[in-house]
Amino acid sequence: MEKRGAEAVVELFPDRVIKTRVPKSYRIPELDERLRSERTRAEAKIISEARRAGIPTPIVYDVRQYALVMEFVDGRPMKEVITPELSRAVGVLVGRLHKAGLIHGDLTTSNMILRGDVIYMIDFGLSFWDGTLEARGVDVHVYYQTLISSHEDHEALMDAFAEGYRAAFPEAADDVLRRVKEIEYRGRYKTETP
Amino acid sequence: MAFYGFFIGLRLPESIVRGMRGEKRLARNGDMLVIMQSKKVLGIEGTAWSLSAAIVGHDRVYAEAGHPYVPETGGIHPMAAAQHHASHIAPIIRQVLDSGVGFDGVAFSRGPGLGPCLRTVATAARALALAYDVPLIGVNHCVAHIEVGRWQTGCHDPVVLYVSGANSQVIAFRRGRYRVFGETLDIGIGNALDKFGRHLGLQHPGGPKIEALAREGKSYIKMPYVVKGMDLSFSGMMSAAKEAAATHSKEDVCFSLQENAFAMLVEVTERALAHTGKDEVLIGGGVGANGRLQAMLDAMCKDRGAKFYAPPRKFFGDNGSMIAYTGLIQLEHGMTLDIADSAVLPNYRTDDVVIPWL
Repeated sequence: MEKRGAEAVVELFPDRVIKTRVPKSYRIPELDERLRSERTRAEAKIISEARRAGIPTPIVYDVRQYALVMEFVDGRPMKEVITPELSRAVGVLVGRLHKAGLIHGDLTTSNMILRGDVIYMIDFGLSFWDGTLEARGVDVHVYYQTLISSHEDHEALMDAFAEGYRAAFPEAADDVLRRVKEIEYRGRYKTETP
Repeated sequence: MAFYGFFIGLRLPESIVRGMRGEKRLARNGDMLVIMQSKKVLGIEGTAWSLSAAIVGHDRVYAEAGHPYVPETGGIHPMAAAQHHASHIAPIIRQVLDSGVGFDGVAFSRGPGLGPCLRTVATAARALALAYDVPLIGVNHCVAHIEVGRWQTGCHDPVVLYVSGANSQVIAFRRGRYRVFGETLDIGIGNALDKFGRHLGLQHPGGPKIEALAREGKSYIKMPYVVKGMDLSFSGMMSAAKEAAATHSKEDVCFSLQENAFAMLVEVTERALAHTGKDEVLIGGGVGANGRLQAMLDAMCKDRGAKFYAPPRKFFGDNGSMIAYTGLIQLEHGMTLDIADSAVLPNYRTDDVVIPWL
């Protein structure tokens, strides 16, 4: 099976996935090759850093020039199974990630997998290092937007997330959650909320 | 046999009107062909450097006149630009009025833009609307760039890359409004290019001159490439370009700057396409006239099976026709303003406008 995103193709095998960043014909080859290899290496580095910070992620088996070979986390997407209890656990993971200076960049409930009773975070393709309130706020905002657009009881899920986030990142959580509210009220995002 | 007639003010069912784009407003009505004498609007643009007025109907631009502000040195000075607009607005309006074409409303660029410029234009628009006793229509400048592009290219529901002096945004229609999916976190690409042009000693606007120099460039100089999700940042790249200019040829720096900046813009456009599932891309705004940027977008669209649309060159830069055309469709949807509520909106956001016609 194959999944095609905006910048990469992900091939799924029973025991591993191969995520390959594909060439873009609109970029000059020099820039194209630099971006694909830099991003492949950065993603591998961020995945292992996130693991060290206590976030379950797929194990990276191999880093090639433009591809990552990773463990296939066979479980159910959070999108299908989420409960307030699980959302609280997501809050703890995101709190740890932010505390480590990392931003996931695409915190949707499709990018979290429940295997057994462990939540794995996947797809660090848009992740970056950033310790600012704004970056953290936008990260949490993306997660909240997913909850609002696809889950009935999103308020309970958001509250539970905030509880977990505070528990894992007490020194900054209140400031971040306040910033999330500000982001919601800005013109750009306000009208995104249904 | 076909019967041709003119019906003034006839309202056609929405389904028929929506199907009509392009040259004539022809609608098939049983055996009869009906040519509508559609409404026209006089529009005035004046958010920044461009001062331009036009009278537009659904079928074409009937009259247009303009007098751009060109700074003697440096970039745009808001007060000097407003002073320029105040001195030239009467003659250019006189020019379009002298065409003898009638109009059913007066539209003006209400924002976003430089406050002093916006107020000058709004004052003229109010006076005209009162004098001719027609409705006043406040138009969002960014929405106007999108609508004039849809009008001129015939695309329907595109992802829009809007690149001008102050703006660099990726926009798409969702749930009743044009939403901004990504944008610059610091400076607009046009202003960035103009500033770099000044650094090289080129005259304002620098964009076209940089494009010409870039065509002679050969080797790519590495510059910061900053894309965060669908957002962009150009400031680090600009510092690097200025530094590189001290040790490399102008041609190579311009080439590298364009390749770097435009790849960033095309990448976020592609992300928005993937995210929204749309299959059309429209480019608008002054920087959109750049041939290299258009070629890159076209290549990206071909690879994804999407269609790329670019309006004729004269509709890229700020122009009165885009304000008049958008004013026209707003008028048809009752989106007019009372004089008392017609204050300008210097920070008018694209997604502040409810779009009932898409």
